[in-house]
Amino acid sequence: MTATPATSSETPPPLVELRNTSKTFGGIKVLKNVGFDVRPGEVHALLGENGAGKSTLIKILSGFHTPDEGGEIRVNGRPVSFSSPRDARKAGIATVYQELLLFPDMTVAENIFIGHAPRAGMGALDWNEMRRRARALLDDLDSHDLDVDARVGGLSVANRQRVEIAKALSQDARLLIMDEPTASLADADVRRLLDVVRRLRERGVAIIYISHRMPEIFALADRVTVLRDGSLIGTKDIEEVDDASLVSMMVGRSIDQLFPKVVVPIGAPVLELRKVSFKDEVQDISLTLRAGEILGIAGLVGSGRTELALTIFGITPATSGEILLNGRPVTIRSPQQARDLGIAYVPEDRGLQGLVKPQTIRENVSMALLDRISKGSIVDRVKESALARDAIARFGIRARGPEQRAGQLSGGNQQKVVLAKWVSTNPRVLIMDEPTRGIDVGAKSEIHALMCKLAGEGLAVIMISSELPEVLGMSDRIMVMNGGRMVRTFDRSEATPDVVGAAMTHAGASHAGGAA
Amino acid sequence: MSVETATVRRSASTGFAARTFATYGQEFIILACIVVLFVAVGLIAPRFISPTNLTTIFVGNAYIAVAAIGMSMVIISGHIDVSVGSLIGVLATISGTLAVSGYPVWFAWLAPVIVGMVVTSFIGVLVAYVRIPSIVVTLGMLSILKGGLISVTGGAWITNLPPDYLIAQFRLFGIPSPVWFMIALTALAAMFMRYTAFGRSIYAIGGNGEAARVAGIPVERTTVTIFAIHGLFAGIAAVLFATQLQVIQSTVPPNLELTVITASVVGGVSILGGTGTVVGSTLAAILFAAIGSSLIFLNVSAYWLRAVQGLLILATVLADMARRHRIG
Repeated sequence: MTATPATSSETPPPLVELRNTSKTFGGIKVLKNVGFDVRPGEVHALLGENGAGKSTLIKILSGFHTPDEGGEIRVNGRPVSFSSPRDARKAGIATVYQELLLFPDMTVAENIFIGHAPRAGMGALDWNEMRRRARALLDDLDSHDLDVDARVGGLSVANRQRVEIAKALSQDARLLIMDEPTASLADADVRRLLDVVRRLRERGVAIIYISHRMPEIFALADRVTVLRDGSLIGTKDIEEVDDASLVSMMVGRSIDQLFPKVVVPIGAPVLELRKVSFKDEVQDISLTLRAGEILGIAGLVGSGRTELALTIFGITPATSGEILLNGRPVTIRSPQQARDLGIAYVPEDRGLQGLVKPQTIRENVSMALLDRISKGSIVDRVKESALARDAIARFGIRARGPEQRAGQLSGGNQQKVVLAKWVSTNPRVLIMDEPTRGIDVGAKSEIHALMCKLAGEGLAVIMISSELPEVLGMSDRIMVMNGGRMVRTFDRSEATPDVVGAAMTHAGASHAGGAA
Repeated sequence: MSVETATVRRSASTGFAARTFATYGQEFIILACIVVLFVAVGLIAPRFISPTNLTTIFVGNAYIAVAAIGMSMVIISGHIDVSVGSLIGVLATISGTLAVSGYPVWFAWLAPVIVGMVVTSFIGVLVAYVRIPSIVVTLGMLSILKGGLISVTGGAWITNLPPDYLIAQFRLFGIPSPVWFMIALTALAAMFMRYTAFGRSIYAIGGNGEAARVAGIPVERTTVTIFAIHGLFAGIAAVLFATQLQVIQSTVPPNLELTVITASVVGGVSILGGTGTVVGSTLAAILFAAIGSSLIFLNVSAYWLRAVQGLLILATVLADMARRHRIG
């Protein structure tokens, strides 16, 4: 199972190595017998879809998680065990996370040296030394324009990222893990960051680089490792692979087996968008959604997928363009209006926008239609309980009963409660944003079967997903978004992982306005 | 087979008990505390449970329970009002001043309720639409009301209140009216919270405001209404407070807001919003009143009351944290 990369005699020994590493959360194995290594002075790209196990792997390396029995971490060939992030830092492993962990009200220098500031004696901080060393570190990163006395809260994302990198280097990091460092950067900043990464490599720092952007990976990486469903698919030299082979390594399973798509007759148009925009986040989107159809929206994080859903649902109402429902123009300025027009939205983050965890299943399921099951202003408890019992039966929610608190359910069952809440409103249009994120495989396929059933009942479904197999497997049509625009649409028959994956990643490099 | 069925039945029944306790646990605990306290202190000092003393306890403290009903709704919705003590002081002064100035008594009763609702609606607008945290808005309001009241009245006593104005001294079937108010308003509010769509949305907003918004609940409008209802209860509390004696001192009763908030929190209302009941807050208000009175009978310094209240707050918040942790 463990595919240990062939080590030829001239390559240096790995700086950090994971052997036969697994990780289990609550009975679910999210990382399966993975072997992985990084050499000094190399950029090692780590690829995989959401949920493939990348974050788990880097969290093991940075000491947040301990691997299951049988796994081993080696630093410079010696076995080590990290019981906390502090241990990993001491071993020279530093991580720059997507959400930067800085103190906005402190200066650049203070942030760089937080926790290990130079001392002047008697426990007092040596401010001059701290500022001098911060300056030197930033100059090393070619950031001569960044003031060490500036407040971090006022800096751009790109500059804050440099502060994070300087912070890692100030602790003599020999391995720097970068988790999607360019996800929220503008093009010019991306180029500067790539230069910084190359400089670090020249100084012998090893870098694990996680990104979905293919051009960056080919510009930077020496080797690339692909994970899928928690398993190691392979580690290759960058010369051995190209776009297509990487995408198929990432996606590469038999999609038809996993997603038992039921093809149902497609009916009349239900929802039409004509050149709908919201500020510059959603630009000139036109689409027609028909009854019984599942329209998949693919795109990278930040491509405007969720923003489009929020605009249709009235959370961020459209700033221009026209929305038609059953052929009639409608105005949607609030979620309440959207709901009353028969649009339902199962949000991306169920903890944040979907579920009221202290409330019961019954109270959650009835939340979006309280006014409809109330007589006068009194909630009809009989109807409400019946609704909740129906939902539990229909959606296969595993719970003790309608009175169980939603927060006590597993992720998959919580998602079913949110879905039940919206299906109970009898919508005509159902928008599902990342419907299966963070839930296990069994619950996933149950949710997929439910989607097919709902489409079969004539519901028009929009499904947003970061998982390409899910988009390909479930959708009748696929729309690819990038930079807030619709880049291409594919019919089910013409959509293959390679062409859709290419549309998602490639157009991203250019931000070309070539909408289809 | 039969063994299995029995096991299932037993686990189902413990499930029911556990559920009931999870929902009303705090109320049961407080009720038990009240019973234990009355029995224990009554055994040591029988006069503690004499009708006269019971009347004193309830008449003097019912207004706190009434104010705690509105406060509970505010806290369940995820906000707080630290100005309620000052507000009650101001409203009581307005009410008494109107009563001695020759206005009809119904007007002296109604005016503070309306003024209270106006003031708290204003707080609600700042919280919901301008998005200033409620603790900040109400800290400001506390200073404005308290400062304004002392400046205008100089803390003078309002005397010569007309006898038919003193509603807190009325009795119905021999029971003082504040007790009736406390029971009726608690029951009404409890049913309102439990059975109406509006009551449900209070819990939804406090439990997860974003989810409530996405589900089509008008969060801003509902928040202002919650504050307005809170003002209604503060107004009624002010009238009960103003009419319990023959005179009104036009100042802010010390620490009143803390006592009201404590009653809500100890009554099981989560300070983080989303859970709790008004029955719990009323019971907690009764418990405090009883503790205060028992300290006198046991010849313990009344200053201990505050310490006991503080301990109860800490204990309750710890219990709340533990409960939250279980819910996830």
